[in-house]
Amino acid sequence: MGRKLLLEHVNVPGIETYEVYRKNGGYRSVEKALKTMSPQNVVEEVQASGLRGRGGAGFPTGMKWSFLAKPEGVPRYLLCNADESEPGTFKDRYLMEKIPHLLVEGMITSSYALGCNQAYIYIRGEYMWVLEIVEKAIAEAYANGWLGKNILGSGYDLDLSIAPGGGAYICGEETALIESLEGKRGNPRIKPPFPAVKGLWGCPTVVNNVETIAAVVPIVNDGGAEYAKIGIGKSTGTKLISACGNLVKPGVYELDLGVSVEEFIYSDEWCGGIANGKKLKACVPGGSSVPILPANLVCKTAEGTDRLMTYESLAEGGFASGSMLGSGGFIVFDEDQCIVRNTWNFARFYAHESCGQCSPCREGTGWMEKVLHRLEYGHGNLRDIDLLAEINKKIEGNTICPLGDAAAWPVAAAIRHFREEFEWHVTNPDEAQKRNFGIASAHVPLV
Amino acid sequence: MSIKITNGNATDEVAPQFSAERMVEVQRIINQYPEGKHKSALMRILHMAEEDFGGWLSVPTMNYVAGILNIQPIEVYEVATFYTMFNIEKPGKVVLEVCRTGPCMLVGSDNIIDHLKLQLGVEVGGTSADGMFTLKTAECLGACGYGPMLQCGKHYHEHLTTEKVDALLDAFRKEHSTSSNN
Ligand SMILES: Cc1cc2nc3c(=O)[nH]c(=O)nc-3n(C[C@H](O)[C@H](O)[C@H](O)COP(=O)(O)O)c2cc1C
Ligand code: SF4
Ligand code: FES
Repeated sequence: MGRKLLLEHVNVPGIETYEVYRKNGGYRSVEKALKTMSPQNVVEEVQASGLRGRGGAGFPTGMKWSFLAKPEGVPRYLLCNADESEPGTFKDRYLMEKIPHLLVEGMITSSYALGCNQAYIYIRGEYMWVLEIVEKAIAEAYANGWLGKNILGSGYDLDLSIAPGGGAYICGEETALIESLEGKRGNPRIKPPFPAVKGLWGCPTVVNNVETIAAVVPIVNDGGAEYAKIGIGKSTGTKLISACGNLVKPGVYELDLGVSVEEFIYSDEWCGGIANGKKLKACVPGGSSVPILPANLVCKTAEGTDRLMTYESLAEGGFASGSMLGSGGFIVFDEDQCIVRNTWNFARFYAHESCGQCSPCREGTGWMEKVLHRLEYGHGNLRDIDLLAEINKKIEGNTICPLGDAAAWPVAAAIRHFREEFEWHVTNPDEAQKRNFGIASAHVPLV
Repeated sequence: MSIKITNGNATDEVAPQFSAERMVEVQRIINQYPEGKHKSALMRILHMAEEDFGGWLSVPTMNYVAGILNIQPIEVYEVATFYTMFNIEKPGKVVLEVCRTGPCMLVGSDNIIDHLKLQLGVEVGGTSADGMFTLKTAECLGACGYGPMLQCGKHYHEHLTTEKVDALLDAFRKEHSTSSNN
């Protein structure tokens, strides 16, 4: 199952340079698209491939592209979302760092399909050195005639550049990203209008994740039908998974959608099992925003069938016993980890990252953090557990962007599956307070 | 080309100034945006300003950038205060930002943070007495599989242990005692 479409050449020395990338078949998709295909043909191949957005929501890319408004005389923009800030996710960085030209190539082919003459990559500000790598690749692409005016004599013009964020998770949300790219605070916009109609500077805009754009390259090279043969059902193609937590071999892996979760965690080809000979306790399979699964629901569904690395299988059981593939940030917990502590940690993350526009999110994430903090440190009471559920209900569905939901749902899932552990913190306050993470003596006095 | 560069109109006492070389870079970035959309260059220029003007954005620095882009200073303050990477207070010479988010916590980031607190004699957010180090925590920096980790400037230091942290602190001390005493 070691097929690689995106990372095939990742270990070729010098693959980050134009010469080596080109020698290894780079920029063929641009040649093929510009010389032999109409933009509409490219969109059709992407539709046929069944490719779904790799940024987290899994929305079919071909369909998203077909929604792009095309009013006469108005520019359209393609934006690549390289904000990658979802805890557990580090695949886009890997791809950009190792094979920056794959992203540049994907941007050119995709921009051609969408009829954009200007495209931007928005990258999180902390990845400044990755920005420099990609910027160098862009310069090489210009120097070799893949960007600029009249590319390959086709009459098609494209300018591409890369812009940094400034450290704000919310700028991964597509409308916040657009605001940020306009040089403003990253406050999400109310939808509709959707970016496909009114996006960057009020013009029709498509926002796609780095990995989504990269996947367009093999789709155009080999054909959408060929890509669609990989995977199971509506989960086609390969997916980058960034595996982390208590694993023998954390890292970025490309796998065919459909590999079993058990194989992914335990086989030596992938993560090599749980570190230090410990047992699996839980797994958050798609980044911090997706529900946590307890050990018994990680490798099997509630029905007892094998859980697979696909959008559908990871979601099987819905909120009661399923989760989501999300961004592919695969976080594994060993038996020693405290679920309450982790839930508090993530809640603090969302409270920190809320942009503050909507009161249910701004206030609610803060309250959840406080309540979870007191539970974790042995100052909570049993009613706090239900209080969390209540705050949750008041956030979900009542906010401008999905960050509110993303903060609320994982807390609900943790309580659903690990209620005894929350209760233990209440009934054993002394032990909860003594639990020793880090060097206890240097800890700030607890609230 | 959207706007012509001036050196800004900062009237404050210590008006910073990009070098001529940097100005070329600034103009290149502004040119990446269509006519009238030069405000999009703001964040990149703020990062450059931090790098060039002491690791933080003072009011004169922000006013200077506003002048370059021909926008109101408030538009710069708004952005500088929204994004956590921008320092609006002067930090130590070396800013260490340790990731404290879930996946890093699972592999021991609490130990690294505590170790740094003890070594530097500061709480998170504080600057060591010698003005050398500022200790901060950060949210997930996209290195979750290589934790615990910290960011310092443009560099990521991954797979940290307390020994590695000590070696890192020593290296920074050496680097800065030679560079600041001349
Ligand atoms: C709070 C929040 C953060 C997000 N962060 C990211 C991100 O870092 N990278 C990303 O590609 N998508 C992120 N998304 C999803 C984007 O809004 C958008 O759906 C995605 O970039 C679309 O690209 P895709 O269809 O190729 O996945 C985020 C969404 C939300 C609500
Ligand atoms: S839900 Fe939260 S992050 Fe999203 S717009 Fe509202 S306040 Fe901002
Ligand atoms: S959690 Fe530390 S880098 Fe992602």
